[in-house]
Amino acid sequence: MAVLLLAEVSGGTLALDATAKVATAAAQLGEVTALVCGPRAAGEAAGKIAAISKVLVCEDEAVANGLAENVSQLLLDNADGMTHIISSASNAGKNVLPRVAALLDAMVITDVIKIVDAQTFKRPIYAGNAVQTVVSLDAVKVLSVRTAAFEAAGEGGYAAVEVVALTGVSALTAHVEDKLVASGRPELTSAKIVVSGGRGVGSETDFALISALADKLGGAVGASRAAVDSGFAPNDLQVGQTGKVVAPDLYIAVGISGAIQHLAGMKDSKIIVAINKDEEAPIFQVADFGLVADLFEAVPELTEKL
Amino acid sequence: MKILVPVKRVIDYNVKVKVKADGSGIDLANVKMSMNPFDEISVEAAIRLKEAGTASEVVLVSIGDKKASETIRAGLAMGADRGILIEADTDGDIEPLVVAKLLVKVVEEETPQLVILGKQAIDNDMNATGQMLAALLGWGQATFASEMEIADGKAVVTREVDGGLQTMTVTLPAIITTDLRLNEPRYASLPNIMKAKKKPMSEKTTADYGVDTSPRLKVIATEEPAGREAGIRVGSVDGLVEKLKEMGLV
Repeated sequence: MAVLLLAEVSGGTLALDATAKVATAAAQLGEVTALVCGPRAAGEAAGKIAAISKVLVCEDEAVANGLAENVSQLLLDNADGMTHIISSASNAGKNVLPRVAALLDAMVITDVIKIVDAQTFKRPIYAGNAVQTVVSLDAVKVLSVRTAAFEAAGEGGYAAVEVVALTGVSALTAHVEDKLVASGRPELTSAKIVVSGGRGVGSETDFALISALADKLGGAVGASRAAVDSGFAPNDLQVGQTGKVVAPDLYIAVGISGAIQHLAGMKDSKIIVAINKDEEAPIFQVADFGLVADLFEAVPELTEKL
Repeated sequence: MKILVPVKRVIDYNVKVKVKADGSGIDLANVKMSMNPFDEISVEAAIRLKEAGTASEVVLVSIGDKKASETIRAGLAMGADRGILIEADTDGDIEPLVVAKLLVKVVEEETPQLVILGKQAIDNDMNATGQMLAALLGWGQATFASEMEIADGKAVVTREVDGGLQTMTVTLPAIITTDLRLNEPRYASLPNIMKAKKKPMSEKTTADYGVDTSPRLKVIATEEPAGREAGIRVGSVDGLVEKLKEMGLV
């Protein structure tokens, strides 16, 4: 078995935690070759992940921005002899992998949470309200995995790094610009602590209460779909069925009612704390510690006392 | 310019989903069904392009059992022009790869300049059909769109990416998949619901297109996820701080 892994690269840097988690999943399937779209340094960083045997780096501008036409071509160019192609179930992975699968006449298997064997996988459906076990009948299995469901592979590897070229740049699409939100906080999907705000926070200004608590704890900031739709927080902070899936050691949900689609993104957190003034809020049904309180009083007090 | 919008009939997003006791799938009997919410956003986006004079016709297509015609009617009531129902002989779901292959045939017949799809269906949560269709057609794709503009034979699309937003251009004909914040779909008015009943809808079957519909993923089990029990209530912030310290979390 041979696995081609599409590494996670963000702003020219390897997303180490996410890539190491995908590598753990990939290593359960066979020998892992990582494909890194980015600078050589990102490739060298991937080579240190113990579960990765070989690294291919493509420094071409045309793949740096994740445009699916080019990245899928690059994956296919390097897929000879591969039994599996794998990535994170991030937006970057989900943009590319179904395209690759269709070009191989294979069905993609997205959001895998467990690898049973080389062709059998578990994945959630209906916002995580059910889990399906599927057996792939395709020659090459193309799958994306939820990083929250796998431990990160350790470092200490010395994989050889080889530079590969893109055979042709697609004229169909062109990159204009990225507006990435820069913050000094840990990345949402790999943070040990996540503090999320919901509709109850009430405004973009008051969302600072959430950020202050997160900063005090050295955690990441998340948001419910309601908070993002209301403009309190940017889209990349959304936790849920259609946003990011997180499983930190501690998840603090503030002013979040606990809609099914939000729970789908955080219910695998180790400890869940809910702060909400509505004692009937469904979030309390999954919370280890629930505090019925006005968040505008409780959150500043909590921030001060921690 | 013609726009094609595939729409899927799924369990309504407000319905609590139940797994069948024998593990054979999801209980769909007597459950409220609706148009996939992301597809509503796609229909709305297409109608707005027509209202702006950019598009000349909005064609809906749905693949599923006969009742998928209701989903098409719902989209026609929003303002789409006509529908194509493709009846599929399937118990259970139809895989995105099969859907994409059928849509290739529809695109060949209809020759739209733009296909707008929801980024994912809220039943199988696959997030794949648009990308697969783009691959099979050899078209460019702009997925997870939160803003779009059509000009000079191109679409300028702002996409929701992992760390924020990305703006890109894609040459038409193209595939766009829609994300939540692209627009707020309209409600169909009663007169428009009545009018929609008279709009044309052609009925086909998968056999008409000669596409192999056999699944590539064999579903061997469907289970309830591991449950999570409610914990305890703490009476105060001090009580919470104490618990978090006990657990060694802070």
